[in-house]
Amino acid sequence: MRIYAYILVMAGVSYLIRALPVTIFRKPIKSPFIRSFLYYVPYVTLAVMTFPAILRATQSPLSGAAALVVGVAAAWLGADLFKTAVSCCVVVFILELFVG
Amino acid sequence: MDRKKQYLQGVRDGVPIGLGYFAVSFSLGIIAKNVGLTPVQAAVMSLLNNASAGEYMGLTVMAANGTLWGMALAMLITNARYLLMSCAMSQRMDPDMPFYHRLLMAFDITDELFGITIARPGYLSPWYMYGGMTPSIPGWMIGTALGALAGSVLPLRVVSALSVALYGMFIAIFIPPARKDRVIAALVALAFASSWGLSVLPATAALSEGTRTIILTVALSAGAAALFPRKEETE
Repeated sequence: MRIYAYILVMAGVSYLIRALPVTIFRKPIKSPFIRSFLYYVPYVTLAVMTFPAILRATQSPLSGAAALVVGVAAAWLGADLFKTAVSCCVVVFILELFVG
Repeated sequence: MDRKKQYLQGVRDGVPIGLGYFAVSFSLGIIAKNVGLTPVQAAVMSLLNNASAGEYMGLTVMAANGTLWGMALAMLITNARYLLMSCAMSQRMDPDMPFYHRLLMAFDITDELFGITIARPGYLSPWYMYGGMTPSIPGWMIGTALGALAGSVLPLRVVSALSVALYGMFIAIFIPPARKDRVIAALVALAFASSWGLSVLPATAALSEGTRTIILTVALSAGAAALFPRKEETE
């Protein structure tokens, strides 16, 4: 039951974040600091969660590092979400045929 | 444009999103299984949350046996971007649009569905967004459930390869803006370095991954907002 309690808290907070601005607070946020803070948050949080965690997600840290490099290169060159994710997986699969 | 047409266009634009979600949520399911969730629990989590980074963060809090308050705080930080998207959407909604449409649309504000919905001209159509949600929600939920199921069936090497799909999705979100904006590029580099630093420093390595993520996100974003405030909204 502990897990469902976690899931309910997750769902409740996530829904409130999404629903409050379109229902109750319909005014735009004025403060430049808060707007800038909210603008930067997703990129920082995703970057923090990606590294060094990606090194531990695979059988060998080497293939995780290669997936990071290839993923960054693919996204830089304009690959969408799906292509970037698939290229990361392919690199790990190929490399781990040889190492780890 | 009538409701049916809006809805069908949403479905058409939502199909590639749903396929991408299916692939990425599969790796989320693998992580969920490692944390101890059953496939049904993993599916319920994905159905109710629809958030890649948020669910990943939630799983790290569960793995660390964190408190429910800690979980709420973790969600507030990792999903803060949806607050910004929801604000942007509220500016584009017909003031006369019924309240229940607002409640339903809010349920699935994700990076991708926000992107396709806000890109359309005029007042936002709830029916277009429902169309986008139709393939996306099952794609995300079923992918998570299958990942949690297959994590124990597939060979280790295949699981290892699929595990990085989630990180690939994160990378695909933060790299395109980093390419256009030097402040974001520097922030990403700083985030990588400090995240690694905190994971090896004895004083901070004992903290859970979720706690470290919250500390770094708040500190770096607040620092960037103070030093490099954004001139105007570019959503």
